[in-house]
Amino acid sequence: MDVRFTTAGDTAFNVEFGEGIDRPTNARVMALHARLKAAAPPGLVETVPTFRSLQVVYDPAVTSRREVQAAVEAELAHAGDAPAEGALWRLPVCYDAELGPDLAELSASLGLSEERLIDLHGSTEYFVYMLGFMPGFAYMGDLPAELEKPRRSEPRVRVPAGSVATAGRLTTVYPWESPGGWHLIGRCPVPLYDGARPSPVLLAAGDRVRFEAVDRARFDALSAEAATGRFDPDTLRATP
Amino acid sequence: MNAPCLTVVRPGLFATIQDLGRFGHQELGMPVAGALDPIALRLANALVGNPPGTAGVEIALLGPALKVEADGVRVAVVGPMALSLEREGESPQALAPHRSHTLARGDVLKLGAITGAAVACLAVAGGFALEPFLGSLSTYVRAGIGPLGGKPLGDGARLPLNRNDAPPDGDVELPEPPDYGGGPVRVVLGPQEDRFTAEAVETFLSATYRVGKDADRMGLRLDGPTLAHTGSADIPSDGLVTGSIQVPGNGQPILLLNDHQTAGGYAKIATVISADLPRVGRLSPGCTLSFRAVTVEEAEVIRRRQEQTIAAWVRAIRPVRPAGGVDLEALYAENLVSGVVDIVNGNGDILNREEMCGRAP
Repeated sequence: MDVRFTTAGDTAFNVEFGEGIDRPTNARVMALHARLKAAAPPGLVETVPTFRSLQVVYDPAVTSRREVQAAVEAELAHAGDAPAEGALWRLPVCYDAELGPDLAELSASLGLSEERLIDLHGSTEYFVYMLGFMPGFAYMGDLPAELEKPRRSEPRVRVPAGSVATAGRLTTVYPWESPGGWHLIGRCPVPLYDGARPSPVLLAAGDRVRFEAVDRARFDALSAEAATGRFDPDTLRATP
Repeated sequence: MNAPCLTVVRPGLFATIQDLGRFGHQELGMPVAGALDPIALRLANALVGNPPGTAGVEIALLGPALKVEADGVRVAVVGPMALSLEREGESPQALAPHRSHTLARGDVLKLGAITGAAVACLAVAGGFALEPFLGSLSTYVRAGIGPLGGKPLGDGARLPLNRNDAPPDGDVELPEPPDYGGGPVRVVLGPQEDRFTAEAVETFLSATYRVGKDADRMGLRLDGPTLAHTGSADIPSDGLVTGSIQVPGNGQPILLLNDHQTAGGYAKIATVISADLPRVGRLSPGCTLSFRAVTVEEAEVIRRRQEQTIAAWVRAIRPVRPAGGVDLEALYAENLVSGVVDIVNGNGDILNREEMCGRAP
C-alpha cells in the first residue's frame, strides 16, 4: 500500500497510489478525495482526482505543505479503498456512419463487424475514472480488450459535441465541440454539459455509465428536446 | 434612466472579466482561469476600495473604450498602460495608471496600449453587478464560461455596476508602480523531474528560454534547448496547476497559465512558485527567461514575504498629491506617445522588447 507524494510547486502536491489506470488504484484515489472533502483541513482549496493520483491544492498564504501533508496522512490512515458507489447513468447513443465517422475504419482495423463493435461497446458498464481536458469530459473505462486501439495519429481539429469516442481502453462523450484524437463511433443527443443546470456537469468521477443504442429517429427527437433546454437529465439516471 | 453601467464603445483586442479564479470545481474538469497578474488586480481593487478578489477587467495588448453611464464612478488601472479620458466639451486628457480616477456620466475612458507587460487590470469601485458562475466571475473563453457569455468584451457590451452608497472620498494613488522583481523565475522541481535525464534538468536550470509566438491565457510555449525524457513523455493524465511546466515528446517546454486544463498527460519537469506567477503571467512573445530551483519551504517563505510587501503597498496608498510635484499625468502622456511610436515602428513587433521583458535574467 505504498503511497508516493510528488510536488507541484508551493500550491499543490500529488498523492500517487500507482502507475497504471485500473479500478483498485482509482478507488484509493476516490476514497481519499471523499475523506479530504469531508475533513476540509484549513487552507485546503480543493482536491482533484485523476486516474492514479489525487492532486491536493492548498493556499500557501494561509497554510504550508507540511501542515496540509500531515492532514492528508492522517486521512490516509483511515481512507481505505471503498468509496461510496457513484450514480449509474443510461446514456442514449446513436451508432451511425454519419454521426460516428470512424465506425467503419475502426471496426475494419480491429477485424470486427460494425455490429459486433457496437454490441461490445454498448454491452459494457463503464466507470468514470476522472474528468479533465474540458469541463465535463469524462475518461471512462474499461473498454473491452477487443476494442483497444490507440488514439488517431492525426487528431481532428473539430470534433462535434456529443461525439461518443474510444481510445486505448477508454471511452468518452465529447461534451463540447473541440479538437480531439479519439475514434468517433456515434453520438449522444443529450448534453453532458449545460451551464444552465445547477450542477452543469452531468457525470462525476466515480459514476458508472451504460450506453443504450437508439436509432436515428430517436436521436433526432432527443436532440430536438435537448435543444429546447427542457430535457431533464435526471431521466437518464438508472433506478437502482 | 438605465441601470448604472459601463458600455463598451470600442472593444480593444482582448479584454476579459477576471477575478482570482474559479477554484473548487476542477474535479469536473473546470479550469480555474482568473487574472494572469493577480497583483495588478489586487492593487487596482485596493485603489478603488474593493475587497482584493473583486472581479475586474483584464486587458491584453490594447484596451477597450468604456462609456460611463452612471454618476461618480471610481476606476483604477494597474499595469503599464496608456489611458485617457474624453469628457464632453473638453479636450482629451491623458490619465495615469496606478491611481484612482472618479469619472462622470458621459465620460469615455479610453484604455490604450500596454507597453511593458502582457496584461493590465482595471477595477471599478463596487465591482460589476454580474451573476457569478460556480462562485466566480472569471471568464474562460475556450468554453464560453463566465459573465457576458464567457466572451471577451465586445462592442456595445454593458458592464452593470454595483454601486457604493457612500460618496467617494478624494482619489488615491500608489506612490510607485509595483516592483515585480527580476532574475531567474523560481521553480520547484517536479512533480515528474524523475522522467527527465540529469542533463535535461541541468539544461532546464541553466539555459535561457524565449517565449514563443504561441502564448495566450492557456500557456506559453518556450523556445530553447530541448529537454530529453528518460523514457516516454506520456504519463497517465494527472493534475496541473498554474505554473506547471510540461514537456511533450518534442522536448520543448510549455509553461501553463491560468486557462490550463485541469489535467494533462505530459511529464512536468518543474512548477513555477506562486510568488512568481504574476511575473510569468505578464510575459509576452519574445521575452526571455531562465529558471532557478528552490525548495517548497523556500517558496513558502518567498510567498509570505511577498504577501507582506503587497500589504505594505496597499498601506502606502495615499491621497493624490495636488499639482506642483512631479506631473504624473504629463509623464504618462509622454509614454502614450512613445508607446504609439513603438507600435508604428515595430514592424509588426507590437511591443518594445526591452520594456516588455523587464530586467534580463
